[in-house]
Amino acid sequence: MSRIRKTFASLKRAGRGGFIPFITAGDPDLTTTELLLIELAAAGADVIELGVPFSDPVADGETIQRASERALRKGVTLPHALTCVARARQRIDVPIVLFSYFNPLLQFGEERLAIEARQAGIDGVLVTDLIPEEAHSWTKTLLQHELDPIFLVAPTTSDQRLAEIARQARGFIYAVSRAGVTGAQDEMPRDAEVLVKRVRAVSDLPVAVGFGVSTAEQVREVWRFADAVVVGSAIVREIERLSGNPDLIDQVGHFTRSLIAPKQICPATLR
Amino acid sequence: MQKERVIAETGAGQHGVATATVCALFGLKCVIYMGAEDVRRQGLNVFRMQLLGAEVRTVNAGTRTLKDAINEAMRDWVTNVHHTYYLLGSALGPHPYPLMVREFQSVIGREAREHILSVSGRMPRALIACVGGGSNAIGLFHPFIADAQVRLIGVEAGGRGDSSGEHAARFHTGATSGGGRIGVLQGTMSYVLQDPGGQIARTHSISAGLDYSAIGPEHAFLHDTGRAEYIRSTDVEALEGFELCAKLEGIIPALETSHAILPAVRVARELPADDAIIVNLSGRGDKDVQLVADLQRR
Repeated sequence: MSRIRKTFASLKRAGRGGFIPFITAGDPDLTTTELLLIELAAAGADVIELGVPFSDPVADGETIQRASERALRKGVTLPHALTCVARARQRIDVPIVLFSYFNPLLQFGEERLAIEARQAGIDGVLVTDLIPEEAHSWTKTLLQHELDPIFLVAPTTSDQRLAEIARQARGFIYAVSRAGVTGAQDEMPRDAEVLVKRVRAVSDLPVAVGFGVSTAEQVREVWRFADAVVVGSAIVREIERLSGNPDLIDQVGHFTRSLIAPKQICPATLR
Repeated sequence: MQKERVIAETGAGQHGVATATVCALFGLKCVIYMGAEDVRRQGLNVFRMQLLGAEVRTVNAGTRTLKDAINEAMRDWVTNVHHTYYLLGSALGPHPYPLMVREFQSVIGREAREHILSVSGRMPRALIACVGGGSNAIGLFHPFIADAQVRLIGVEAGGRGDSSGEHAARFHTGATSGGGRIGVLQGTMSYVLQDPGGQIARTHSISAGLDYSAIGPEHAFLHDTGRAEYIRSTDVEALEGFELCAKLEGIIPALETSHAILPAVRVARELPADDAIIVNLSGRGDKDVQLVADLQRR
């Protein structure tokens, strides 16, 4: 059983909603990223998404674009992200999902990436710009190396494509809360809940909701109808704000705890 | 389609002006994304778009050129997809855009084919067109693809040097050129200028419309099958072509188009005088006159 499956099984047993923070590898530098992975695990992250910096992150809003730029200025690329995970993996057991655009993975080599990601202790890979119709060989490669292919679905995803995604996805399905790019929003749209219901109709996998979630209140709102919540831009914004501050790690940990606590019973996982 | 808002990206500004024009005619809200560098060098077209009632949004991200304008347009589109149509300006982006744009642009090739047959009574020996994203070129080439005796020649921007960042020649196989490799950018798999780690490379061209790191996927196909040839003209050669076309033909071509002029002269030299070739004069050069005048003064 994959580490991601085990995590969601134990969340379900405990009747808890999962918390999935996102950070960009190399923002503001690799040592900080390694320490942040450890801190986020300690703060209660159930899965961590680690972003691979890319020059043209079309699915991302300004906050994560800037994080990508900061990392690229430091020369951080995919191999560094893998090394960073391998080092953190000696200290933490939380599942880690690599979150990337397709081109860096393609240039690295799909098979080679799967082998090295597995060796580094990565559990799943999410590719933002690879559609399921084109993903078959990629999915197969990941599965051969015991990595979970994680897919995004959006409110605009057709039923036909949703079914195709359900066939290929493992671990969990990432439901994008609204039409749009990543970035903090004031309100959670109703679209998300409708989408989660549509996913549940075609898949037994846990559903995580992300894009636009930035407050403890929104986290609890998502837990009401989904198995887990992803918070990216709000945490990355904290990292940006604390740039150069010696307390960065502690403060990001503190901020993360403030989003999670108090952990509430998640009715959706008690089905 | 129930969409009341149209967005587009533009490099040289030609597609932006065209989009702004139809939006003005049909009373649609129009937003054009344009890289800051292109806003600077194509000021005339920015003014024309604004005259036509479009909002021109300057993009300061990345290389501040066409690629970054497309990124912003895509972000706008996924956010406002319920009421917005993205009128992509070249034969690139995710399917079915390359197919749709080629279909609409191929009116050029269909008319050119009919015209040359009626004027000369035979097929042209070669077609020559500049290639940025490649819409004008694929539009001209497409109706001739089955005519194996017609050479198809695409001209990429050779810029000011062979190393990565100095040109926009995606098929450039030079060791440090950043070209000659397949990648995925903006929803398309094609030849993409990039570094070894898959980060998209910077580009340079004197012409905003050719200053783009990827090429339309159908050109990649024609390149790999050998049906079309792809060569490059430098900034200096483009300027020479610009002046030559103005003086010999009385037509001031766009700097993009100017890349095709010297290669056309070279091809023509090899042929008997009564043979015919077609050069696609894809854009007019009013927008570039000021830029060229400034360069000449320097």
